Amino acid sequence: MNAVSAIGLGHFLSLGAALFALSIIGIFLNRKNLIVLLMAIELMLLAVNTNFVAFSYYLNDMNGQVFVFFILTVAAAESAIGLAILVLLFRNKSTIDVQELDALKG
Amino acid sequence: MSNTLSANTLLAVPLAPLVGAMLAGIFGTKLGGNLLGRRASHTVTILGVFIAFILSAMTLSHVMDGAGFNATIYEWMVVGGLRMEIGFMIDGLTAMMMVVVTFVSLMVHIYTIGYMAEDEGYNRFFSYISLFTFSMLMLVMSNNLLQLFFGWEAVGLVSYLLIGFWFKRSTAVFANMKAFLVNRVGDFGFILGIGLIASYTGTLNYTEIFGQADGLVGKTLPGTEWLLLSVIGICLFVGAMGKSAQFPLHVWLPDSMEGPTPISALIHAATMVTAGIFMVARMSPLYELSDTALNFILVIGAITALFMGFLGIIQNDIKRVVAYSTLSQLGYMTVALGASAYSVAVFHLMTHAFFKALLFLAAGSVIIGMHHNQDIRWMGGVRKYMPITWITFLLGSLALIGTPLFSGFYSKDSIIEAVTASALPAAGFASFAVLAGVFVTAFYSFRVYFLVFHGKERYDQNPDAHGHDDHHDDDHQHGHAGTPHESPAVVTLPLVLLAIPSVIIGFFSIDTMLFADFFGSAIVVDETKHGAMAALRELFESPIGMAIHGLQTAPFWLALSGVLAAYYMYMVNPAVPAAFARTLKPIMTILENKYYLDWFNENVLARSARGIGVGLWKGGDQGVIEGGVVNASWKLVGLISGVVRKLQSGYIYHYALVMILGIFVLVTMFVWLAK
Repeated sequence: MNAVSAIGLGHFLSLGAALFALSIIGIFLNRKNLIVLLMAIELMLLAVNTNFVAFSYYLNDMNGQVFVFFILTVAAAESAIGLAILVLLFRNKSTIDVQELDALKG
Repeated sequence: MSNTLSANTLLAVPLAPLVGAMLAGIFGTKLGGNLLGRRASHTVTILGVFIAFILSAMTLSHVMDGAGFNATIYEWMVVGGLRMEIGFMIDGLTAMMMVVVTFVSLMVHIYTIGYMAEDEGYNRFFSYISLFTFSMLMLVMSNNLLQLFFGWEAVGLVSYLLIGFWFKRSTAVFANMKAFLVNRVGDFGFILGIGLIASYTGTLNYTEIFGQADGLVGKTLPGTEWLLLSVIGICLFVGAMGKSAQFPLHVWLPDSMEGPTPISALIHAATMVTAGIFMVARMSPLYELSDTALNFILVIGAITALFMGFLGIIQNDIKRVVAYSTLSQLGYMTVALGASAYSVAVFHLMTHAFFKALLFLAAGSVIIGMHHNQDIRWMGGVRKYMPITWITFLLGSLALIGTPLFSGFYSKDSIIEAVTASALPAAGFASFAVLAGVFVTAFYSFRVYFLVFHGKERYDQNPDAHGHDDHHDDDHQHGHAGTPHESPAVVTLPLVLLAIPSVIIGFFSIDTMLFADFFGSAIVVDETKHGAMAALRELFESPIGMAIHGLQTAPFWLALSGVLAAYYMYMVNPAVPAAFARTLKPIMTILENKYYLDWFNENVLARSARGIGVGLWKGGDQGVIEGGVVNASWKLVGLISGVVRKLQSGYIYHYALVMILGIFVLVTMFVWLAK
């Protein structure tokens, strides 16, 4: 067993789960900044990517890594749109404080 | 029926006044651009009524020769097995009514030229009275209950329109509303009766109903012990009580005096109010089968005949006295119906139509002469100024109180005899009431007569002279202000023409109408049970003999004492009435308040009806429907959404959290289930 094999699938999945949990907590605990929110969403996608890569390696299936590239592309597009919305939002409301964005309130 | 009358001629009788009414009503008013002037309007309507009168008179003479007619002319509609038709049934009863209606109507039309000469609504008035003539003719000529009901309601409508003819006076508007509403009460009973007949016989045609009448004997109303024929009879009579102003539905008739005098004569004395009497006489084959209904009719008629007469004594408005006298006389007719002396009732109807129309028109003439003062306390000595009115009024009064040889004598004496001969349980009370009524009638009639035409002239003492209801322009009278003057010829001519039958018609027609076979099968009396007519026939020898016999009977002496009492109290010793009024204060109070019936109607019936209305409005509509159903449902929705709305904080991270939690729950659930 080499050093790599000492690190098993479980470790990778744990890392992914930890990243995912971090990002969720980042979304819910963040009360101030919309940028942090976007970053947390990115992190969530990366956690998913990690899982994909890990499974791809252990199952010897390249489809998983192809998927990762798709996700990265989508994530980049999403960030671009998200940041554009953020700029517009700041122009309109002069704030990016999450607690003040409650226009959906019924 | 040996020969048949022409349907076209009969159709022309009601249609001629209708055409006149439409011409005057449409082209004589703003509706048709005032194309017809006053002269043209009264010409077309009088022409229409004149044609109707001539044709009616011809019909009567044909009927007396034995002609008849009973057929459907037009089928209006068929609902299930029920045929609704327009048809005529012409026999003695109908022909007599047609002549009376058209004759009185013609007289009133002519009289109106003078009476309404300066009224703005001249053309409208002529249109209404012609329309009334049409409706009344449809009512009497009908051969089925539906057409009768049509005519019944149409005369009611015209009565409403005419009572409120001077619609700017609030009292007139109140009176016509009252007449309409009280008649609705009666009509409710009437339509129930018609409905019962229709549901048990399946037809509305008189001949077919009478054909099935024997089959209805002994049947009861489902679920009760009530005999069907008694219920039908009483229901129909409730209708007659409304239209013929019988106690307690009489309250509208005195108030109807708010209308112009010509219509008081035509509608509220001579013709329309006798529709109920006519209807009961027409339905005699049904009434003969129910003693209960006949007793009921006797009691109601007797109460009306006597107690309405009392009210006539204390009235000071000349028209109201005549109105109460009309009520009382209608009571007499009703009593005759109850005693199964239908032909006597119709006979009195006819004589009464003449002399009461005469009295009303003469009263109207006095009112014109007195510059629209109607209060007899401020009249007196009028006979010098208005000789024709004086003579005709006197003749009418003599006929009304039943002076032998006058028309009223024959009809009223026959009624009294018939009631005395009747064997029904209520006949005892009724014969007392009609006898006492004779005295009362004589007293109030001659009270008015003496106060108006004799005694001192009291024109100057009227506290509200010239102030009150000056609907006419008084300019033409200012030359001799205060003193009365004789009315123009168009007014006095009808008086004279009506005075003639008022005096002689009874003498000449009593034999034919009561004892010959004039009514034929129109009026059915079961003489084995109700022997009043047979008793009358035994007593009767000749009109002259009856008059001589009349001198020895109680009614004559009662009438005479009534006249003398009035003479003493109002001519010789005017202090007596005041003394009476003081001693009999409680009775006077009751009479002045008309037995508190108006009070009762307004404060108990109307108020409780209004109470029910308010209860349904506040409790039913606002409470249950609006509060309980409509408002409660939106309030419930609001309440639920108020709770749910708290979840909608507007913060994206809250929504995201809920989504995540939801996913957890769902995933857990699926995993759990998959196991």
